[in-house]
Amino acid sequence: MPAEAHDRPAEQFNLRLRRYDPESGEAPYWDEHTIELEPHRSVLEAILQAKDRFDGSIGVRCSCRQAICGSCGVRVNGEPALACHTHLDAAKASAKDGVIEVEPMGNMPVLKDLIVDMDAVHWKKIQRVTPWLIAKQPVPEREYLVGKENMVDITQSMACIQCGACVSDCLAMEVDPGFIGPAALAKAYRFVGDPRDDQQDIRLKDLAEDPQGIFDCTHCFKCVEACPKDVNPMGQIMRLRRIAIDDQKIVDKNNGERHEAAFTTLVKDYGLLHEAELLPRSYGGNSWFGKFHPAAGKELLSSLPVVLKGLLRGKVNPKLALFGHKLPAADLKQVQRIYDTVEGREQRYELNLYITGYDEVEETPVPGGATSTNGGVSPAATTASGGGESPPAAPETEGSAS
Amino acid sequence: MPSHDVLIIGAGLAGQRAALAAAETGASVAIMSKVHPVRSHSVAAAGGINAAISVDDDWRSHAYDTVKGSDFLGDQDAIEIMCSEAPKEVMDLEHMGVTFHRNEDGELDLRAFGGASMKRTAYVADITGQALLHVLYEQLMKHHETVERYEEWFTTSLLQDEDGRCCGVVARDVRTGRMEVLKAKNVILACGGAGQAYKPTTNGLIVTGDGIAMAYRAGAPLMDMEMVQYHPTCLVETGILITEGARGEGAHLLNAEGERFMEKSAPNKMELASRDVVSRAEQIEINEGRGVGPGGSGIFLDVTVVPRKRTLEALREIVNIGKDFAGVDITREPIMIRPGQHYIMGGVKTDVDGATSVEGLYAAGEVACVSVHGGNRLGANSLLDTLIFGRRAGEHAAARAAHMSSPSFDAGTQLRRDESELEAIIARSRDGRRVSEIKNELGETMNKHAAVFRDEAGLQGALETIGRLKEETAKAWIDDRGTVFNQDVLGALELGYMVDCAEATVLAAIERKESRGAQYRTDFPERNDEEWLKHIDISRGKDGPEISYSPVTITQWQPEERKY
Repeated sequence: MPAEAHDRPAEQFNLRLRRYDPESGEAPYWDEHTIELEPHRSVLEAILQAKDRFDGSIGVRCSCRQAICGSCGVRVNGEPALACHTHLDAAKASAKDGVIEVEPMGNMPVLKDLIVDMDAVHWKKIQRVTPWLIAKQPVPEREYLVGKENMVDITQSMACIQCGACVSDCLAMEVDPGFIGPAALAKAYRFVGDPRDDQQDIRLKDLAEDPQGIFDCTHCFKCVEACPKDVNPMGQIMRLRRIAIDDQKIVDKNNGERHEAAFTTLVKDYGLLHEAELLPRSYGGNSWFGKFHPAAGKELLSSLPVVLKGLLRGKVNPKLALFGHKLPAADLKQVQRIYDTVEGREQRYELNLYITGYDEVEETPVPGGATSTNGGVSPAATTASGGGESPPAAPETEGSAS
Repeated sequence: MPSHDVLIIGAGLAGQRAALAAAETGASVAIMSKVHPVRSHSVAAAGGINAAISVDDDWRSHAYDTVKGSDFLGDQDAIEIMCSEAPKEVMDLEHMGVTFHRNEDGELDLRAFGGASMKRTAYVADITGQALLHVLYEQLMKHHETVERYEEWFTTSLLQDEDGRCCGVVARDVRTGRMEVLKAKNVILACGGAGQAYKPTTNGLIVTGDGIAMAYRAGAPLMDMEMVQYHPTCLVETGILITEGARGEGAHLLNAEGERFMEKSAPNKMELASRDVVSRAEQIEINEGRGVGPGGSGIFLDVTVVPRKRTLEALREIVNIGKDFAGVDITREPIMIRPGQHYIMGGVKTDVDGATSVEGLYAAGEVACVSVHGGNRLGANSLLDTLIFGRRAGEHAAARAAHMSSPSFDAGTQLRRDESELEAIIARSRDGRRVSEIKNELGETMNKHAAVFRDEAGLQGALETIGRLKEETAKAWIDDRGTVFNQDVLGALELGYMVDCAEATVLAAIERKESRGAQYRTDFPERNDEEWLKHIDISRGKDGPEISYSPVTITQWQPEERKY
């Protein structure tokens, strides 16, 4: 009950802030403060108390205090978060020594203390995806008539507050700083999924052909966990892939489309991934004969150092990699049944937190959006092209070419 | 030195709309904001935007509702302009890319809102402000060649030539601390209200009355400053806003006895009466001991009566707010709320094109007072206000610039004055009070005495306190001695702005000896059209604030008793 939430007395919390003064010529350092607040108050309120009472020079961007302006993206105990959206008790619980550590976000240069240069990274990447509507012509006198579910659908990517939390933790970007990245690609979906946009095909072709585009994402789920608004950036990237491959039939020069096809075929045939077959099939053609194609041989050769390194470090089991995993026949059948069900649908189901897909019956499980705080995917689903309400569906296997 | 036809200060909805409108005419335009544009507080507007777009609606009905909502203090010529231009404006935004939610036929869906005689609020879930702001910013990115952006630049003062004409600003690049003069044929203030003069408030930490105070200091009168809106549904502890959209979708307000108490004061509109009426009704329940929660200081907002799927789809943001900021699942249990400071109807007095009485200076959005909101703003009319009058100010300022030569004046003096003022703040010895302490006392004072209910004694006490705080502000000290992102020194300037705004509010509230709209005087509980159907203007005189009056423009709706 709310009464209990408001009744908890103030407690002391220890805060360890990463400080950096670009004018001092000195290296970044840690700065500790003890603050007093109720445990359900936010890390931002704690920083502001330290700033108000002890040291006004602590640099932190903030404004709304309610997770809508997107200013206060930081890392709390190493994980990206909005400071205003992280409760002190939770932050204390996840701290390694009971002291709540707050650092600036990653993947972006630090300007001062907790303030990073978002223009240099985040906004530059947003610019990359032509971030405005290219409206279908002629423009109607009144509103464009579009499906109800279409607008609810793109509201999920519209709900992005540009806080940079996903950019901070993107592993692909860490390896390849040129990767367009989760926030900008989620923004791209906002246009690709918008029926009023006239250049769906051009946008998709561009993002598929760019070696740092939609196929550069490695499916690590970090951005999904990082997002404080449940935008599910990786999910938006996978939707861009599905539309590019299945609807627009784009075969990209990065081999993204062929790689996905090889991946899903192998899982369908073997029940689990057959590592040794994946690479030759991705480059040489999606069949057993793929490995005899010259392109496959070339790619295999160039990948040898990585393969050897994997073997040496014990990350690859040579027997399993070469001969594939063996599933009991009954289990394999179950896997193939998933394929039959998903591929047998007339329309693709897509995950969307705004469309719950079913109504308010008490027995139904609580949709993910209402309970998860970390952007967990909801069991809700809708069809990509809108239309009527969809029944609940199991989340699709990522990369499935249904 | 940069020079522009139109320089806009503030990059929320009014500012961005003004920039796009001015740029469309071919004028040279720049927009400056102390934060990145998408952080502007317009982002927090949730519920929607009003426009008579339904086939069975008429803008006159919208205008009448607005006049009635304003408790007949709104200027009807301005209200007619706002409401008649609303449908086209909403369509223009839709064409720009705003993802308005649709009905089953694919047309814009409309939801009910307070004080409206029919459903006329277009919306994007409950993130309408965010969607509008981000789509306008998409357009600014698109038009980056015609609109220059100064992001994270703080305006320290307005520049005026010998004849008092506004001809630019002095500003500080927050990132580097460098101060610069920007010349402009016209300056449009679009930097929001002054909610941070109150504590708690729904407003963000950046909403510190900068524009209101700068215009006042430049000689422009402020109008309707006593009219401060308390929103009926704010979280008890933090003041965070729960959108009126919740009641628009059917949520109830309940007191400790489980009674829908709005029956008593608004038997027809119930929870969807205008905000001043609902906030007063709630405060009466709390004051008379029928409040809920610790100390009986709250009211229950019951969203569980709204179908669950609808709540998750159309009120998703407040589902999250309930969970994250109050620990309540609003789809399963009522949430405790109370009235909280939300909006200032008053501001810099402008005409219907946004022009202030200072030549070359415009204002639009919450910083301005046209006055379309009069004594009380209707929900979902503020987004409309920002867009309509932002656009009009942008167009008008650009047209004025077209037949003007570049201003010539000595800007060096003001630049040096501002530079040394900031240096002096940074160098202050620690014998006064901290900026944060003074800000807290100001906010608590305002929330106690210039709130839902007011009286002479409380207001006079507040005025005295503000006088003292003003002196303390002049000596307040800070910690940060640096130049890069010195937010501390900017906080000291913001405090000065807030104190000026608070003083104007309290003075006007003392002056208006009646109850109208958001101003409820327990010592003058009746509306008194004979004496007080007029605006209170406050200007900066030689020896402090000076009070004068201006008439209310009435076109077709004579004042009548207000019933909901």
